[in-house]
Amino acid sequence: MDFLRDPFGFVIQEYTGWLGGLGLPAVWVDIIAKLTGALVLATGAMLFVVFLIWYERKLIGRIQDRFGPNRVGPWGIFQPVADMLKIFTKEYITPIGADKFAYNLAPILAVAAVLLLWSVLPLSVTVVGTDLNVGLLFLVAVGGLGEMSYILAGWGSNNKYALLGAFRLVAQLISYEVPLVLSALVPVMLAGTLSVNGIVQAQESVWFIVAAPAAALIFFIASIAEIGRSPFDLIEAESELVAGYNIEYSGLKFGMFFVAEFLHAFTVSMIFATVFLGGWQGPGAAEIPVLGFVYLMLKTFVVYFVTILFRGTLPRFRIDQMMNLNWKVLTPLSLALIMAMAIVGGLTRELPVFWQVIAFLLVNLLLLGATDQLMRLSQSRKTKSNLPMQPLRKVLTTSTKHGAGE
Amino acid sequence: MLGNWLYIGIFALVALMMPALTIFIAGILSPKRPDPIKNSTYECGVETVGPNWTQIKIQYYVFALVFLIFDVEAVLLFPWAVAYQLLPLYAIIEGVLFLLILVVGFLYAWRKGALEWF
Repeated sequence: MDFLRDPFGFVIQEYTGWLGGLGLPAVWVDIIAKLTGALVLATGAMLFVVFLIWYERKLIGRIQDRFGPNRVGPWGIFQPVADMLKIFTKEYITPIGADKFAYNLAPILAVAAVLLLWSVLPLSVTVVGTDLNVGLLFLVAVGGLGEMSYILAGWGSNNKYALLGAFRLVAQLISYEVPLVLSALVPVMLAGTLSVNGIVQAQESVWFIVAAPAAALIFFIASIAEIGRSPFDLIEAESELVAGYNIEYSGLKFGMFFVAEFLHAFTVSMIFATVFLGGWQGPGAAEIPVLGFVYLMLKTFVVYFVTILFRGTLPRFRIDQMMNLNWKVLTPLSLALIMAMAIVGGLTRELPVFWQVIAFLLVNLLLLGATDQLMRLSQSRKTKSNLPMQPLRKVLTTSTKHGAGE
Repeated sequence: MLGNWLYIGIFALVALMMPALTIFIAGILSPKRPDPIKNSTYECGVETVGPNWTQIKIQYYVFALVFLIFDVEAVLLFPWAVAYQLLPLYAIIEGVLFLLILVVGFLYAWRKGALEWF
């Protein structure tokens, strides 16, 4: 019965108990137990990518009125496995003049940065990689480590397209890190701790997405930009940069970038589910830990589904639009949000939780509405005055008139 | 506490080793037939002209500077946010004032056109 209620925790306990019985020094038992945990978690995450690729391709296929992969195995579920086997035996082509060290380090660092995020995410009540007291800061910091790998890839490839892609990517990623970090302050304020598990536990009565929908929205948009997905996929815009930073990569080195991308997309959804949707919280999750894992996965897949929906339906931003959205909408909004939340939270401290949440919710909705109005205003002003881009038809007709006149 | 960081350290090693090992094994299995045409820099079938490590547009530098201000600010704000529940009202107002000073700087950068992409 114990096993059914909490299989992961049970196995962990049995395993550490068995290790302790071997008569090794306590330090070594600790290290071996941690090493095994890390190995299992990292391997599981890497293998999980196979499923993610299938899920996403199938869904994108449906959005575009196709079948998606449907040949290998039932519903094409073994298609990514076949692709992986193929890519495993492909030749590595290193371009002449590449910076070998940076070029080879980049795909490794890309995957490592994403895997490292998994070490602090609480999967259920009992299964936490490690509960750091600076967990959320760690998530942001390690998420930023991934940027390094893209710079290394772009710089090391000795290719103009790759370098241009890397420039854009760095500009995009560091820009969107600002609203990401600022909106992450709101759950920290509400929970009063940086520990990820602490934030989950603080959401027992109410999820933070209810108390702070604006922060959740900013966090979500910034997360999508951080993983470089459409509509923020300027970094590998096929029609402009061919492939961006990974243009000179082949074989499994190329595959590693894709593993990193898919896993990052899922991990970011998981972070969102943990910070704003209550993580493993749910009815009965505290008593039956395995239920918590199921809840977390369900929430994560809902968020991941929305991410893919974004990818399947929205066109790509232009680079100035992308920068404007970040610096002129999301950043001011998140700054205003923190100030408003801080003041409202300070004033309503004596009230019961219910009314406090209502006050927070009102502030959030007010700010979102104001932002919407301001954006509309600036849009209408822009269309009245000189357009940055004139309609093509107009340009063509005026130029032909000129030509006829001469 | 140190045990937590030990786990992070072990996890970092594992996370680095795993892709490295996979890439290494695939390197053994895959064929190696390099030739000068195949290894040349890709540029849509045309030979590249000039150095590939081109100069960086100054715009990126300006954005990086603005980013740096906000990143440092975030580091200073996180402790304030953690202690927020315990702070008296005047300390909260102080945090808001700190943010307002930053907003003034942000508006200055905005007015100066540092946030325009051209």
